[in-house]
Amino acid sequence: MARIDWQNGKVEMVHGSGGRAMQQLIRELFASEFKNEFLDQGNDGAILPLHLPCSPDGARLVMATDAHVIAPLFFPGGDIGCLSVHGTLNDVAMNGAAPLYLAAAFVLEEGFPLADLKRIVQSMAQAAREAGVPIVTGDTKVVERGKGDGVFITTTAIGAVSEGVELSGANARPGDKVLVSGSMGDHGVTILSLRESLGFESELQSDTQSLQELVLSFVGRVPGLRCLRDPTRGGLANTLNEIAQQSGVGVHLQEAAIPVKPVVASACEFLGLDPLYVANEGKLIAICAPEEADTLLALLREHPKGRDAAIVGEIIEDPHHFVQMTTRFGGRRMVDWLNGEQLPRIC
Amino acid sequence: MKYVDEFRDGELARLLAATIAAEVQPGRTYHLMEFCGGHTHAIFRYGLPDLLPANIRLIHGAGCPVCVLPIARLDMAMALAKHPDVILCTYGDMLRVPGSGRTSLLKIRAEGNDVRMVYSPADCIRIAQQNPDKQVVFFAIGFETTTPPTAVVIEQASRLQLPNLSVFCNHVLTPAAMHGILDTRSSGEAVRIDGFIGPAYVSTVIGSDPYEPFPAQYGTPVVIAGFEPLDVLQAVLMLVRQLNDGRCEVENEFTRAVTHSGNHKAKAVVEQVFELRDTFEWRGLGFMPNSALQIREQYRALDAEYRFAGLLQQHADQLSRLPQDNKACECPQVLRGLKNPRDCKLFDNPCTPDNPLGSCMVSSEGACAAYYQYGRVKDRIPAVTVAPTVTEA
Repeated sequence: MARIDWQNGKVEMVHGSGGRAMQQLIRELFASEFKNEFLDQGNDGAILPLHLPCSPDGARLVMATDAHVIAPLFFPGGDIGCLSVHGTLNDVAMNGAAPLYLAAAFVLEEGFPLADLKRIVQSMAQAAREAGVPIVTGDTKVVERGKGDGVFITTTAIGAVSEGVELSGANARPGDKVLVSGSMGDHGVTILSLRESLGFESELQSDTQSLQELVLSFVGRVPGLRCLRDPTRGGLANTLNEIAQQSGVGVHLQEAAIPVKPVVASACEFLGLDPLYVANEGKLIAICAPEEADTLLALLREHPKGRDAAIVGEIIEDPHHFVQMTTRFGGRRMVDWLNGEQLPRIC
Repeated sequence: MKYVDEFRDGELARLLAATIAAEVQPGRTYHLMEFCGGHTHAIFRYGLPDLLPANIRLIHGAGCPVCVLPIARLDMAMALAKHPDVILCTYGDMLRVPGSGRTSLLKIRAEGNDVRMVYSPADCIRIAQQNPDKQVVFFAIGFETTTPPTAVVIEQASRLQLPNLSVFCNHVLTPAAMHGILDTRSSGEAVRIDGFIGPAYVSTVIGSDPYEPFPAQYGTPVVIAGFEPLDVLQAVLMLVRQLNDGRCEVENEFTRAVTHSGNHKAKAVVEQVFELRDTFEWRGLGFMPNSALQIREQYRALDAEYRFAGLLQQHADQLSRLPQDNKACECPQVLRGLKNPRDCKLFDNPCTPDNPLGSCMVSSEGACAAYYQYGRVKDRIPAVTVAPTVTEA
């Protein structure tokens, strides 16, 4: 990995793409300057040592935040509004927690149509209502035309996690099973297919949805559950690489077991992309003890949001912390971190 | 997925692999070069080396368009992109390639220049029409597969009399590079190639005829093969059979789309717009005569090398003083099949896809990137001994 040039370097797109360059920026700048034990948990949200007085079982507070930028703002299956609610609620849920309250901050660009803003806010309101989590505070700023891209939305959520639920990306152990709650790549491929330069038509839909209901349906019932993550930016591949690093283990996937919808597989084929690296906004990865994998799989499949769940691999011992995969073909290969944006091949 | 899954059938693959293993003669090694980066990528993505017997050696060739583009040409594209009036459009893989001074099109985009990724060169026409006050330049690279679309754009732009679109042409020719590789063989740098796996997509355009000289002049058989893993295995089997039988021919594995003479329409538009360059530099292979295309005089108004001749000359003078390829980089040897990526001292440390020092590490079609991404540490990866107990989705 090249060193960051703090003198003359510039922010590049790779710094936000969920790969090694972003990890490096977080590690060397944010994590190092903000250093504290909660941030060091290194998960999608922070579990805080505050016991909620209203909770009989001594639940602790969880906090997560997420900034949302997306082009186009409206897409089949959702828009930036509901996405900004789902994304943050899911980060809280990945701690095994029930989200309680949301906050939202808007950066609006001068000239942005109010009708579009209204659609976005109504979509947020509906997503929040569906999840049963109120948006209790907010902020709005407007920047000059050309200084923003329509709308940026940052949301923050707090939630409560029950005593005894200890999920972390650092908990995976050799022998554990890796599950996913459904098909991979739906959101990212939908967005890519809409980008104006592609002019690509398809019946694709983003999978954006909140997962807390699904999570709360099984979280207390699988004591061997180690870790939950939502594979957003960077997809399944980068998320598993993160977990492998955090837990100091390797991961072995079975390509044939990973659910990918035919339309997503076709679009990826056509665009020269790998669905393992494409973003999801309504799916989770669960890692659990091997003897409970079948129970967890059954619980996931019982819920409509986990109907297509599958066991896709297992945690192995590996001092290099690699993610590897047995291909559909029987060969073996690495599933490395994505280096920057996924760029399509020429031919 | 229809028409894809059929060519990725694991059962069939194991059958084919078993047939290959049964037919190879013990005590004989088979050095097969897959010329095209697309094949290299497929070989590693599907883990094919695991399925083949040890005496089949796959040698990775020069057919990665990004890898063979010399730094000087990339620097010219970056000089164009830095012009405040220019919108430079190109294919995705090109954006990360480091030029002189460790900069890249992505980096200069971060500095505020207008660099755009396109999937199709036809997008450049739309971009030019939408930005009449800008000069849109299509940075065209690639082999015969990407040449016809560029030709169509030049022809259309000419008909539309678009004043603000031009093409910086870097199209190169597959057979010429294969000649180049085989010719260095006779000049003492010995790379042993017993047979070529030829690129099917190139042949959908040019047909299989242009490969006839390889058996005739060099005694090297060619099997034109598709890019699905079963295609590659089938091509390996066909080459093994030719070598075992003492045959030396051009065979076509990709009969589903490749004919002897190729796509006449595509060849006609390429012929109409382009002509051979006398010589062109290939990274790793040096200058090779008649190995690339340039825009014909009739379409010169659309040729960025003419439209921006002054600017490019000025930069050429400055750039010739900059250091270019890293001295320890083995890309030239890797591209000619003389070395394996792992033989390079820079491989994995410090040269990685995040920090590519040589061109073969940049594109996922490059041999070094494929090794790094998929096979880097095969010998270090812990073998998975537990039988997979995976529930099918």
